[in-house]
Formats: sequence, C-alpha cells, structure tokens
Amino acid sequence: MKGRLAGLLLVAATLAACEREQRHFAAETQNATGGETAVRRSTNQPGMALGGMVKLADRNISMYDDNAYAVNEGKRLYRWYNCSGCHANGGGSIGPALMDSQWVYGSDPRSIFDTIVQGRPNGMPSFGGHIPEDQVWRIVAYVRSMGGGLRTDVAPSRTDSLYPGKPENFRSPQPAIQKGASQAELALEPR
Amino acid sequence: MNPGVHDMLSAWGPQAGHVAWLWNVFLAICTVVFVALMVALFMALRRAPRIDAPEPPDLGTVNVPEPRLRRSVATAAAITILGLLALLVASVFTDRALARLPLQDAVNIQVTGHQWWWSVKYVDGAVSETFETANEIHVPVGRAVVVQLAAADVIHSFWIPSLAGKRDLIPGRSATLAFRADQPGIYRGQCAEFCGLQHAFMAFEVHAHPPAEYERWRRLQVATAAEPAEAQAQRGKQLFQSVSCAMCHTIQGTLAQGKKAPDLTHLASRRTIAAGTLPNTAGNLASWIADPHRHKPGVTMPAIPMSGEDLAAIVAYLGTLQ
Repeated sequence: MKGRLAGLLLVAATLAACEREQRHFAAETQNATGGETAVRRSTNQPGMALGGMVKLADRNISMYDDNAYAVNEGKRLYRWYNCSGCHANGGGSIGPALMDSQWVYGSDPRSIFDTIVQGRPNGMPSFGGHIPEDQVWRIVAYVRSMGGGLRTDVAPSRTDSLYPGKPENFRSPQPAIQKGASQAELALEPR
Repeated sequence: MNPGVHDMLSAWGPQAGHVAWLWNVFLAICTVVFVALMVALFMALRRAPRIDAPEPPDLGTVNVPEPRLRRSVATAAAITILGLLALLVASVFTDRALARLPLQDAVNIQVTGHQWWWSVKYVDGAVSETFETANEIHVPVGRAVVVQLAAADVIHSFWIPSLAGKRDLIPGRSATLAFRADQPGIYRGQCAEFCGLQHAFMAFEVHAHPPAEYERWRRLQVATAAEPAEAQAQRGKQLFQSVSCAMCHTIQGTLAQGKKAPDLTHLASRRTIAAGTLPNTAGNLASWIADPHRHKPGVTMPAIPMSGEDLAAIVAYLGTLQ
C-alpha cells in the first residue's frame, strides 16, 4: 500500500514537472486580457506613439509562473526592451526597484501587467500595443521572480553577464511579494 | 532559385583551395593505409587454420621464435610514424599558407552570430560609410575580406565551404577569418556549431561581384530607406514604426531603431528571409510575419496578432525597401 502511494506521488510529481519544461511557441489566442478599454497613463511610448486604448489583464493570474522557459524568455525580453535601462537588474536606478518590498502600483501579476501596458506617471512608458500580450505575461512572470516570488525550480539561475548578487532562484520573497500560487496548486483547490 | 555553391571540394578561392589540398592529402594517405590494412586482414583470414582442412596443421614450428614477425612489426611502426609525420607537415604548411593571404586593401566586415541569424556590418571608411545588413554578405571579386567574428548569445561557427574553412564564434571572445573569392557567384554559408533548435536554418549567402557592381551595391546599402509612394505602403510604414516591429528591427531613416533583430533597411534587395530559410517573396514574408513559429519553431520573433489589412500594408512597405 505504501509502495503504491509512493508510486502515485512519483507519477504526480513527474506530471507536475511537465509544465515547467513546456515550451509554448505559438502565442495563446486568449492572453488573459479584456477589451481595449483602458487609457494610457503615460505619454512615453517606444517608437511611434499609438493612439487609442489599451487592454488590461482580466484575471489576477500569471499564466507562466510554472514555466521555466517562459520565465527565462521574460528575462531576455527584460533586457531586450530595455526595462533594465531604468530598473537596472531589479535594484532600480532612474526607475524604482523591483526586488524590494516597496511597490507603488502593486506587486500582484495583474498590477504588474497593467503597469507595463498602461504606463505610469513620471516616466514609465506605456507599452500596450508595442509588446505583444503574450510577451508581457512572460515579463510579468520574470519580474515576479526578481523578488523571489516564483518557485525556486522555475526562477532563472545564474545570469550570462557579470552580476554580483544572488540569482533569482536563490532569493526569498519580500513581505510585499507573496509567493505565487501556481496554476497546479490552484487546480487542486476547490472552487 | 539558385541555391548557391556549397561544396568544400570545389574551391573558388585560395583559402578553400589550401583546405581542399589538405583534405586530398589526408584522403590519399588514409586510403593507402586502409587498403593495406584490408589486404593484411584478408591474408590473415586466408592463412587461418580451417575446420575442414584435409590434413592436421603442422605444429613443428610452434616453439620456434619468429624473427620475421618482429621485423614486420618494426617496419609497420616505422611506416605509421612516417605517415603521421607526412600528415603533420602537410597540416603545418596548410596553416602557413592560410595565414599568408595578402590583406592589402581588404574589405573589413563584422559578423555577429545570433540565435538564429547573422548580422553583418561593413566598417570600412568614415562612420557615414558604414552600414548594416543581415544574412547576406556581398564581396568584391579578387579582394581579400577580413571578417571579425563575435557571438551575441551562444557558440556559433562561421562556415562558407566553397571559400574558407570554419571559424568558431565564442561569446566574449573575438576571432577573425580572412578569405577571397576569385570568381563571381553566390556561395552558401552555414552555421557549423550546434546552437539551439533552429541551428539547421541558420544559413547565409556570400555574393561575389565584379568590383564596379560591388561598389554600386555598397552605395545602395549606405543610403537610408526610400520613402514609399503608394498609400498602402505609407500606411505600412506608420504601422511598422508604431506596433511591435520597431521594438527589435531597424529601418534607417525611420523611427524604427530596434537593435535586437535583422536590419531591414534594404530588405527587398535580399534573396532570402529568416537566415536563408525562405525565398524573399511577398507571400513568404506575410506568412512569416503572421506566424514565424510555423517556419522556425522557437525563433525569438513573436507572432503578432493583426488584421489581414494591416499585414498586407506592412508587407507592401517592406517590398519597397530596395
């Protein structure tokens, strides 16, 4: 009986690990956003400015919190789109830090998504329409990992470039950043 | 479409000639060794005692020492050492010949390997004379080309089989490779070091032109992108600068100045898109933009949801970038 239970647990653990390794290449058609209803909160935009409204997150869930590949993609995009230009490696410079416990506009996935898409006053550009939603979700997952908000087996490890601090998977969550409830855990909860 | 020459045995330049010569020396010596070994093996098999032999084997000489065996082993060892020495000398002389390519008046290019494409920067002359392109290298016939190599992410290897040997691109290190094309034509190149999912689709082309034609191409590349005349292409330009394209791509002379993806300033003048993966036609371009992962799963370019009308406008604009 004990052996069978252990076997079942082993199978469950193996299945749970599948999502960690999955590589989602095709952008999901439903990227957990609503209609184009929200105004931009910043006049700064990359490239040529877009008019019109932006789409906000319609659920407070980060779909890539369990996926190591997507979080690493988020880490790459964080540098490609020059988030690091203002927020540095998460310690902040012109822009606020992203790995401490002080969050001006909220540290939950929905707030981070909305902040990136809408922009915020005094500098944070509005990226809605410039970065595809799927990629924004990957960046959200990575930003949460910076403060230790993701599982340690999902968060990125050592950076390619020189960096004196701890890698993301060695950081413990700050008081303001709750350890994320993964999709696997949410699926177990009765609704 | 002419696929380009991709054959290391037919040398089209001095560097590939030296490498092909070395290959032939190795092939000849190794063939002689292989044939000799096979003959010896066959003779040994013939001389082995047989189960259906009519007479019992002669065991009279079993305890007599065999001087001839010692002699033959010594001879074989000596021949092996001589053969290896010959290969070593050939290798050293080839390296020396490769290093002696005259470099006066060379064309200087910086090539950077990315997952999974090549950026090519022409760095000769004043800054206003430099320009960037991708996945297509144009060179003048008869002039040496010095390529400075770098890697942006992982290890790649730069290889034009018909023109020169391979050179690895290692992140954080620089390397140079010099070659010369002696005849005009299109030569295919390929990444030769496994670099991830789409390594096989990380190709490029080298176009060798007569000097006057090369100079004409260079003048065209230095220029900024032309202003589109048609309304649809003009709308495509607006879109390109405002939606996700401009986050990574550059078109000189516009607001699109992203530095993470191939420079598209003269995209329409190139033969292929996506690092030699698809011929550069309007249909392929539209299909590629609509879903790059259908052609190269795992590529860093995202699929961007947009209406067919917007897509057609962007493709029309890219078609004007001669």
